[in-house]
Amino acid sequence: MRSLIASWNILKKDVKTYYLKPPNISWGIIFPLSWTLMQALHSAKGNMSGLLPGLIAMSVLFGTTSMLAVTITFERSGRSFDRLLLAPISLGMMVGAKIAGAVIFGIFNAVVPVILVFHYIGLERVKWAMLFLGVLLVAITSALIGLLIAVSAQQVFEAQTLSNFFRFPMLFLCGLFLPLNSLPLFLRPVSYLLPLTYGTDIIKGAITRNNLMAPALSYGVLLAFATGLFFLCHYNIKRKWIL
Amino acid sequence: MIVASKLKKKYGDFTAVDGISFTVKQGEIFGFLGPNGAGKTSTINMMIGLSRPTEGEIIIDGIDVRRQTKKAQAIMGIVPDVSNLYNEMTGFENLCFCASLYGLPKKEREHKARQLLERFQLTGIEERPFKAYSKGMRRKLTIAAAIIHSPRVLFLDEPTAGIDIVSARQVRELVLGLKELGTTIFVTTHNIEEAERICDRLAFIANGKIVADGSVKELMDQVSHRQAMQVVTDANVGGLIGGLQARFEGSIIEQIDDRSMLLKSRNQIPLLPLVEYLSRHGISVYEAKYVRPSLEDVFISLTGSEKPLISRNKGKGGQKP
Repeated sequence: MRSLIASWNILKKDVKTYYLKPPNISWGIIFPLSWTLMQALHSAKGNMSGLLPGLIAMSVLFGTTSMLAVTITFERSGRSFDRLLLAPISLGMMVGAKIAGAVIFGIFNAVVPVILVFHYIGLERVKWAMLFLGVLLVAITSALIGLLIAVSAQQVFEAQTLSNFFRFPMLFLCGLFLPLNSLPLFLRPVSYLLPLTYGTDIIKGAITRNNLMAPALSYGVLLAFATGLFFLCHYNIKRKWIL
Repeated sequence: MIVASKLKKKYGDFTAVDGISFTVKQGEIFGFLGPNGAGKTSTINMMIGLSRPTEGEIIIDGIDVRRQTKKAQAIMGIVPDVSNLYNEMTGFENLCFCASLYGLPKKEREHKARQLLERFQLTGIEERPFKAYSKGMRRKLTIAAAIIHSPRVLFLDEPTAGIDIVSARQVRELVLGLKELGTTIFVTTHNIEEAERICDRLAFIANGKIVADGSVKELMDQVSHRQAMQVVTDANVGGLIGGLQARFEGSIIEQIDDRSMLLKSRNQIPLLPLVEYLSRHGISVYEAKYVRPSLEDVFISLTGSEKPLISRNKGKGGQKP
């Protein structure tokens, strides 16, 4: 019970304090939103439905990674993060609360492209449960990647810059804008090492039914990525922050 | 209450803490003194579970901190050297949030937050964001946040560093008040006067090793045989230091400023020959007073350090040197 009270309050604090921090607004909200609107204004209706899964995945990816980069590095630089490390709750619960804040932010960011899905594709053709699960798993894995980056960064700008080294290559290698089978042969194995590839495929399947892999496989791989990343983050936090 | 045994912390080849052992009794204020870089913060970080000891063990209220870190943290309150609450949150929100980290239910944490704001004289400003607080207020709120869950042991790292003299005095009074309530307090400081005022027992740390520990009286006894006299004159005594040194063999004479000097000796310092000597050189003595040896002298005698690296409070509330 004590741990639940602590975790819930960490989550509430992050939502209240950090959602509208400038780096979150610029990288987490404005950038995906403007890219989505740009595509909506310049693409034909047919092209747009093909782009929407990518725009949803991108919005979630940028939202979650920005959020964790901001919350962790802000708190690390002001040393308020030490309060969380010194609280009598397990590191796993604390990390879980931090990730939950980022995941909710990422899901919220997917709202605009999902509204466009209503407009271009219609409600009845979308597999909503599959879409929600896809968005949730992309948000969780992206949040964990954001945490992994935040553990290594000292300042917010450093975390954002470092995040872009992962975010942009992932965008172009995960089949969002370039189909996987049109990528050069040597890059294709790299694509299958990226969690976003599987998340995008689930979202594609939910919206356009053009998924390459069986949804069960993608769910399984994403869960494996999430578990692996969680333990890697846990290990890294212990190694780098509890000296 | 606290038992540290053969505690060692190494960062690569550098040994920050070198096998120290000490005990702190239930309900006492234990001061950990040393210059910057002596190993104070490394020690406190190991005790609160923010750093892993390379060797040794720490037992707090029967709990092994290395093995049961979270259980031990539940009975600790921690005031770090930097007031590290959340800038965007108000004073009240900060207190409630810190209480929630220890699992206090909403009603209880709000009630305790209000009580503490009143006790720490922070009512009326509780709705201001933490970043708008003065340094003294920040310090007080940080202490309030550390005790909101009624910890059995309180760790204070440089509690009055960087705050004004009035706030520093208030903080010391608050610490003494907590002791009255039975809280065991471990305080690190480089401010000797502060330690003398509030601590029941002390340990001196230098280069990662404890060079002495005991009550203030026990430590002072180590230098009580030393004599020191401060002399104030009507003219510059600079030219006479060498002559005085020869006249009062075995004494150490330091010029404090143009018209005053300090004579230190292991023997009684006779006043009349000193006044006569100065008078012969046309200098009158305005004032001569015996100076009580201080903890600073204990530290210097123990470490052999010529210039103390730990500071005496000069009315700035314990600024770092």
